[in-house]
Amino acid sequence: MSAAPDIVIVGAGIVGAACARECARAGLRVLVLDRGPIGGGTTAAGMGHIVVMDDSPAQFALTACSRRLWQELAPELPAAVEYDPCGTLWVAADEQEMAEVHRKAAFYRERGVRVEVLEGDDVAAAEPALRPGMAGGLRVVDDAVVYPPAAAQHLLESQENTRRIEVRPGVTVAAVNEDGGVTLADGTRVRAGLAVNAAGPWSPLLAPGLPVRKRKGHLVITDRHPGFVHHQIVELGYLKSAHAVTADSVAFNIQPRKTGQMLIGSSRQFGAEGTEINSDILDRMLRRAFEYLPGLGRLSAIRAWAGHRAATPDKLPLIGPSLVSDRIWLATGHEGLGITTSLVTGRLLADHVLGRAPAIPVEPYLPARLGKGATLHA
Amino acid sequence: MNSARLSFDLVVVGAGPGGLAAASVAAERGGSVALLDNSPWLGGQIWRGEQARPAVPRARQWIERFLASGARAVMQASVFASPDRGVLLAETPAGRLTVRFKQLILATGARELFLPFPGWTLPGVVGPGGLEAMVKAGWPVAGRRVVVAGSGPLLVAVADGLRRYGARIPLIAEQAPQVRLARFATGLWRYPEKLSQAVAMKARLLGIPYRAGIWPRRAEGRERVERVVLTDGKRSWTVECDLLACGWNLVPNTELPRLLGCALAGGFVRVDEFQRSSVAGVFCVGELTAIAGGDAALVQGQIAGLSAAGAAGAARELFAERWRWHRFGAALTRAFALRPELRALAGRETVVCRCEDVSREAVERCRDAREAKLHSRCGMGPCQGRICGAATQFLFGWESDSIRPPVFPVRVESLLTASEHSKPVSNLSDPTP
Repeated sequence: MSAAPDIVIVGAGIVGAACARECARAGLRVLVLDRGPIGGGTTAAGMGHIVVMDDSPAQFALTACSRRLWQELAPELPAAVEYDPCGTLWVAADEQEMAEVHRKAAFYRERGVRVEVLEGDDVAAAEPALRPGMAGGLRVVDDAVVYPPAAAQHLLESQENTRRIEVRPGVTVAAVNEDGGVTLADGTRVRAGLAVNAAGPWSPLLAPGLPVRKRKGHLVITDRHPGFVHHQIVELGYLKSAHAVTADSVAFNIQPRKTGQMLIGSSRQFGAEGTEINSDILDRMLRRAFEYLPGLGRLSAIRAWAGHRAATPDKLPLIGPSLVSDRIWLATGHEGLGITTSLVTGRLLADHVLGRAPAIPVEPYLPARLGKGATLHA
Repeated sequence: MNSARLSFDLVVVGAGPGGLAAASVAAERGGSVALLDNSPWLGGQIWRGEQARPAVPRARQWIERFLASGARAVMQASVFASPDRGVLLAETPAGRLTVRFKQLILATGARELFLPFPGWTLPGVVGPGGLEAMVKAGWPVAGRRVVVAGSGPLLVAVADGLRRYGARIPLIAEQAPQVRLARFATGLWRYPEKLSQAVAMKARLLGIPYRAGIWPRRAEGRERVERVVLTDGKRSWTVECDLLACGWNLVPNTELPRLLGCALAGGFVRVDEFQRSSVAGVFCVGELTAIAGGDAALVQGQIAGLSAAGAAGAARELFAERWRWHRFGAALTRAFALRPELRALAGRETVVCRCEDVSREAVERCRDAREAKLHSRCGMGPCQGRICGAATQFLFGWESDSIRPPVFPVRVESLLTASEHSKPVSNLSDPTP
């Protein structure tokens, strides 16, 4: 790239990649910097579930819009991305959870999201590996699964975008500047019209005081056992306890990969900086999964690992101008929904840069919502 | 699932010469010692079958010494994780085993190096060591034509063994040039045991063409290997065969020491004069520290075992002997160094990662092992990168990617670490990934 780029993006994860793609499609020249390889941080550590969620209206709007963008993108995705519209099956263990299935079903139907309510026998037929006696479940038909590092790579390197996107992996950024450029670790200054901080859990390093915290998660992947489960299966049981934002927690969540491998989650921990395996958490996570899938323990496990999500206090991402400078954008804090909501994040950035009407109302995601102190840049 | 717990002063992992020696000398000096190995028999790879049918006097001597030493053998135990300091987890046929230790000696040995070349994934193309193990276990090779190729002293030993089981060996193809081998052979006078072995073997091998400076370019066949195309770098020719046993010397099994945090240097675990690794209380011996053969492992194992038992003086007395075998190992490494032409054997479409079916072309675009894993799936499969990781290290100079448990594929339930009566699961929250 000879001249200065229009936009410099820090972070070649799925969010940075989606931002780069949307800007390139809009005709802008984009430089993407990452201290590691493409999709090597949180994008490599997570599951790759594309899922509509309804914890809040704002979360629903973001996830539903972004899932639609994934559906539009699906035909162009290469096989390596492993896009699989396997759907999500939310399983209800008892009648209390079944009531939640009906509530959720009504909410989704009213908003045009395809769902099927399954009774106990239907759940058993759909997923014979589940323990007998489930009360029922909710199948969200158009939810899907991708392999995130390959998805990030495709967003950055697909034919139509390569002319306008330059990716420089292995380059560490030391500072994001108020003039829209960045300073590299070696002191080099890169000039650009707008800088985007898409560094996920590491975004506060470039924006001290940013209310983004690392939230650690563990996963286990098995050898190929095709057909062990057919949907991404998630428990509804979490509703029985308050949404913990402080305590360590585990929940049953399993994803069938296109390869036939099973990806087993999930756990959440604050205050755990390293990516080493916490054996107590891993233990609790697996026991929870075995409660739902009694045969899971006999599958062959290949790897266990841990990574970090970028969590915000109100469980919504930070998408929009920083309070420090309108030439610094934030695209971070996507917590466990970064793969799903990456595409809409990129779309909202491009809408802003080009002065288009935003795809969805942006107010719930603006960094300013968390107060001035929260986005102050030292 | 059954879950048992054991606790020892010293735990030794790997029942080859290094592990046997370490466990024996330590147990003879008191203290509780356990020797863990994933196979049912003592002896490791190099002395495979010696416990059941002794043939090598020294193997029998060390196995008997171990059995009399008071150390406990825990067989068919595959160590796959270390969830906390001083704790190993192993999978056994009976269930999961938790083993506590105060000190640990790792003697996990080496495996064969496989390099990709066109046709290397055809049925009938096997590793020499792997083939020898299969044949010792009863797999018939009588009357079959086995071309033995690649590099290292193992080729001759395997060919010799296969012949005794009735195989026909049209050729041993050693990639190292004749001039380097000659230099190595003239140095053998320093090692009378090795020389007599080599002479005996060569005598038995009379009639088997052993050619240095040649290597396979490709294996061919419809359903399975039928012939191998060999080259000396100038011309190529074809040899018909039923099996191609091809291995390129050895790479150390450093997965467990790396998981424990032991520092490496040049692909081997870095140890001090007492065989201590960079991690306090963890010793490493044998091929983990250099490819130098079973004799080096025996001495290193004794030094580590004596050191662990607090007998530093006795350990020191063995330093001179170890130095002799280290020199032998260094000579071995020089003699059988792999020629650069081998990096060009794999074509663009040749599979590099067998588990995930990844071609060289897909891997070559990446900058390092981690990127290759993320973007091409190279190393993501059940071999956990054991085969392709060593190959890409040679092909592209890539360091191995970070190690994660389990070190071997194990049942998911074996990953449980807390006791069966641990605290109940609670605090459920947001279940999204």
